[in-house]
Amino acid sequence: MYNIDAVEIPSDSKNASSGTSANNAEVFASNEDLKAVAKRLRRHIVTMIGKAGSGHPGGSLSAVEIVTTLYWKVMRHKPADPHWADRDRFILSKGHAAPMLYAVLAECGYFPVSELTTLRQIDSRLQGHTDRTATPGVEMSSGSLGQGLSFSIGMALAGRLDSQGYRVYVLLGDGECDEGQVWEGAMAAAHYKLDNLTAIVDNNGLQIDGWNRDVMSLDPLGKKWEAFGWHVIEVDGHDFNQLLDAFEKAKTVKGQPTMIIAHTIKGKGVSFMENVAGFHGKAPNKDELEIALKELE
Amino acid sequence: MPEEASMRDAYGETLVELGKANPDIVVLDADLCPSTMTKYFMKEFPERSFDIGIAEQNMVSIAAGLAASGKIPFASTFAVFAPGRCFDQIRMSIAQPGLNVKLVATHGGLSVGEDGTSHQAIEDLSLICSLPGFTVIVPADAIETVQAVKAVASHQGPCYIRLGRPKLPLVYTEDYRFELGKAVMMRPGTDATIIAMGIMVATAINAATELERQGINCQVLNMPTLKPIDEAAIIKAADETGAIVTAEEHMEHGGLGSTVALVIAKHQPVPVEFVAVRDTYAKSGKPAELLERYGLTAKDIVNAVNKAIKRKLKS
Repeated sequence: MYNIDAVEIPSDSKNASSGTSANNAEVFASNEDLKAVAKRLRRHIVTMIGKAGSGHPGGSLSAVEIVTTLYWKVMRHKPADPHWADRDRFILSKGHAAPMLYAVLAECGYFPVSELTTLRQIDSRLQGHTDRTATPGVEMSSGSLGQGLSFSIGMALAGRLDSQGYRVYVLLGDGECDEGQVWEGAMAAAHYKLDNLTAIVDNNGLQIDGWNRDVMSLDPLGKKWEAFGWHVIEVDGHDFNQLLDAFEKAKTVKGQPTMIIAHTIKGKGVSFMENVAGFHGKAPNKDELEIALKELE
Repeated sequence: MPEEASMRDAYGETLVELGKANPDIVVLDADLCPSTMTKYFMKEFPERSFDIGIAEQNMVSIAAGLAASGKIPFASTFAVFAPGRCFDQIRMSIAQPGLNVKLVATHGGLSVGEDGTSHQAIEDLSLICSLPGFTVIVPADAIETVQAVKAVASHQGPCYIRLGRPKLPLVYTEDYRFELGKAVMMRPGTDATIIAMGIMVATAINAATELERQGINCQVLNMPTLKPIDEAAIIKAADETGAIVTAEEHMEHGGLGSTVALVIAKHQPVPVEFVAVRDTYAKSGKPAELLERYGLTAKDIVNAVNKAIKRKLKS
């Protein structure tokens, strides 16, 4: 017999603390320079993966500006209350970029930064791919690609049913768009006119076996999403101003979901990882880590 | 002839009743609402109904997202499609995080009939029982279906209910009370125990009646909750009767027989015989023809009981 009570299930009940003005003060806010934050996140990412000896640096580094913009400027969230009912939700559909999300959550204060170096170790809260039951602030267990958009649709539908004002953000990989379920979700989100849902594709152009265009062509990616009924915005995924503008614009789009195609560089910020498919799922060795950290000073 | 009733209608009508009492109940379907009978709920509560189209994987992950936001989603399709078509989505979106999704799959087993192999779920229970944390229920008639659907609605955690297509004879009266995780004694006996679920419960009762004519006093247990299975009831039956026969509309592997055998082997080794589909796919045909062809009749149970008793007397 299994014991369901032994499984820690995050509670999202509406009885949780609500968004009254009194506790709005606890909503995460920072005036810190985003470039400085991004650099710190990148240092965490390469350090924790280097320490773990395995992990996915390429797709973690490419998404840093996207998540920095979201967590530091766009989303309403409370690190001290991860289950706050009115929080904006962030779903990491490309679950192999877990180190990137862990770095973000630690820097925001969901758990201590010192915990980052436990990544992938036995009994760590920081699993190799995200685990909703293990880590404060992680909304979905991912790692099997293609499911996050659908999961986000469920959250967006629930928010609308309950007239809650929260927004749902979901980050997909471009290679992930090979999965048929992504397009099932694309169709459904437009069908339900989910304007409280914003998806972002981390369009770094590479997947494990090589360039997207050689493995399985995605082009024209933007036109595909448009044809599925989405409002599509294309941005330089490393440009904070463009990202911020796109997220603000998405909030004003009515009657359809918004897709932000963020053109990024896989391995961004570490010269020998940039645009190298081999660093999709390979940790830097000791020497490489040293060089990487030097470049990220 | 006992009265017959549709389990699917019972499910559909119970959903409406639950929906009236609890605004957090939401329903999803994948373009099969006139067959799964979610159509009743969809008509009554359109704002809480989501027909996802022919996209079972999407439906399952959307249901998980709704559950993660405090809703109690009931998601329905045919048992061949969930879990079969969306096993990984069920595993990662629902089972691993322990989300409160209720999958109610209809058209389980061979009794689907003429639609043939593609529509005959005979491996669904094996798949779904392999997922840690899932509660799995196979009701025996329309009355038990109503009770089981209500039980899973108030149970926290992932649940799977398997229903059949045809109307089934009622084995219970309205005063029956289903208890999650508990076997139900349908008929006491001393020589052997038939443990059955779903459509095979009525068949098992018929088999026990025939065995009585042969001078064999056979006990019948209904095992509606396949997971977590009622180990105590199985051990007690093995202890008291010394011979077990399982009967299910499913493959021999990974369903009721395998689960019972595991309990027996661990706790109370006695002879066990299995009435189930062997390692094969079936074909089109009338439900009764298929059940006969693939060895799921009262006669098959009678033979299995005789074999089990013979083994018991030898040992």
